[in-house]
Amino acid sequence: MQNSNGMIDDGASKQGRSSVFIVSARKRKLQKISQKSGEATLFLIASFVAIIVLFIFWFVARDAVPFFDSLHTFREFFTSSEWYPADDPPRFGALAIIYGSLMITVGSALIAVPMGILASICLSDILPFNVRQYVKPVIEMLAAIPSVAYGFFALVVFAPLLQNSGGPILMWAWWLIATPFLLLMVIVASELLTTSIAKGAMKKTAHLGLILILGALALLLLYFVGNHLQGLMIMSGTNALNVSIILSFMALPTIVSVSEDALQAVGRDLREGSYALGATRAETIIKTVLPAASSGILAAVILGIMRALGETMVVWMASGNSSHIPDPWFNYLESVRTLTATIAGDMGEADQVTGSARFHVLFAMGLILLIVSFVSNLISERIVVRQRKVLSGQ
Amino acid sequence: MRKLATMLVALMVIMTTGWAGNAGAASKAIVIDGSTTVGPIAKSFASYFMKKYKVPVTVSESGSGNGAKSLINGSCDIADMSRSMKPQEIAAAKARKINPVANVVALDGLAMIVHPSNPVRALTEAQIADIFSGRLNNWRQVGGPNFPIVVIQRESNSGTQETFKELVMKGRAVVSGAETQASNGAVKNRVSQTRGAIGFVGLGYLDASVKKIAVNGVLPSAATVKNKTYRLSRDLYMYTNGKPAGVVGTFIDLPNTPDGKRIIQELGFVPKY
Repeated sequence: MQNSNGMIDDGASKQGRSSVFIVSARKRKLQKISQKSGEATLFLIASFVAIIVLFIFWFVARDAVPFFDSLHTFREFFTSSEWYPADDPPRFGALAIIYGSLMITVGSALIAVPMGILASICLSDILPFNVRQYVKPVIEMLAAIPSVAYGFFALVVFAPLLQNSGGPILMWAWWLIATPFLLLMVIVASELLTTSIAKGAMKKTAHLGLILILGALALLLLYFVGNHLQGLMIMSGTNALNVSIILSFMALPTIVSVSEDALQAVGRDLREGSYALGATRAETIIKTVLPAASSGILAAVILGIMRALGETMVVWMASGNSSHIPDPWFNYLESVRTLTATIAGDMGEADQVTGSARFHVLFAMGLILLIVSFVSNLISERIVVRQRKVLSGQ
Repeated sequence: MRKLATMLVALMVIMTTGWAGNAGAASKAIVIDGSTTVGPIAKSFASYFMKKYKVPVTVSESGSGNGAKSLINGSCDIADMSRSMKPQEIAAAKARKINPVANVVALDGLAMIVHPSNPVRALTEAQIADIFSGRLNNWRQVGGPNFPIVVIQRESNSGTQETFKELVMKGRAVVSGAETQASNGAVKNRVSQTRGAIGFVGLGYLDASVKKIAVNGVLPSAATVKNKTYRLSRDLYMYTNGKPAGVVGTFIDLPNTPDGKRIIQELGFVPKY
């Protein structure tokens, strides 16, 4: 209504009339037509986007299905890690490549998820408002850096750094991360273990003793693991660890931004209610705010993980691209090859030019990625909707 | 609403005129795509050509395989290739009424490179094949220090990779743990930074940041490639659709001119004629 009122005003003042309610029939008709055509255009664009998604599915699936024409190729694809697409006869064992994708996705999630959630808690509940205003955009800026820039950094700066001083870097990282964590663990554990003891001098000494014993154990752990890490030789810096770390930085802004929104959405009432019942800030965050925002945070995590799984440029440049399963299987210091990098790297040879299987196998990989990300997106969408319902129901 | 509609119309107009403009430009300019090995020659030729003949030339480097593909799809005028076209590619081109013609631009040696700190100076072809197939995995086994070998190969769309497999591997598979890089530059970069690394690049990419290895006792250089004593050498091609004519013909003829030969030599390649 506001819009049409404005237009009427406009017309009226031009024609110098006093009443704003008199509009010619022609004008009204024009208005209606422009409104309808505008709506139609918007609808067309919206449905176009939906159709694009359907078409992508259709075209990828159409070229992927021929690859799985026999049980043999199907089995080879999922169970063999012999990836020699250019040989004669070609071998299309993608197990190592699927595993590589899984490995760097898990690796980056292990870094990005705890970091992202903690950062979002800090942003929403701990930092004062005026600081948060500046910190959040800075974190979100990580998302604006093009992935090829990340890849270049990973290849040219980070990989040599890992090769030349990987051991010490890992050791310092371990100390920095584990020290505060272990300290917290020691305090909490000694507190929990002494709750059953009655009050008095006895409790105090038991408490102190436990702190000392557990603290010593923690120090030993810190020292020995750190020592082991320092002794590690990293043969090649373009490996799963490098890519996992870089990808976790790329996934961080998504996780922080979405889960911070979820934490904000919990609202003041719940927090103040919790404080009113005598809860401390830690208790409020852990027992009230986090459970209330949990589904939103889960959605954030899924989105962040999808970012890592789908990333191509960084992994292609810096993962080393060797299609084998590391030995032992959790060895993040070996190079791996991912589905995305394989599609990017092999596309040049894989046209109709060099025979069909080599072309279709890449579409099969694309289809796997598409299905995984589609399902994850559906799940996270579901979760967000459910949370909205729960919150509005309260 | 009205504003929105006007904006949309304006957007469409801009887009259509933009497309039309692009199409017009493409017919005049020379579009080059393909091998990262031939890329430096194409780029230097391009800047020379643009200055001399005022014809815009665009050069992209996406690997020999992609170059062939672009030529077959009709999206480039010249396909740089560091290997000759395969029968299947020629068949695919013929099916699309494209007649690929090979024009040799220059000769190139495939230089085996290692980290500058590596004391190993020479390898035999058999040793290289053993290293790349994973049979040898420590520098100690070829007279170097006790240090694991990091094998670096190229993506399968690389002509350099195909040449290497043809000349050295002779049907043996490259070890699955080999790192795979997307360009000559990336291989050189990785080798220059990695102590245990071995890789292969075109002659034009050699510099002080990596150490070249003598193969069967011969060091790769312009002279040894030209007199065929260095075994790992090959022709570099620019493929065109039909016999090159017009501006494309002038461009393809550059290697036969004194300036063209100078450019090729400056880049570290070997003129064919």
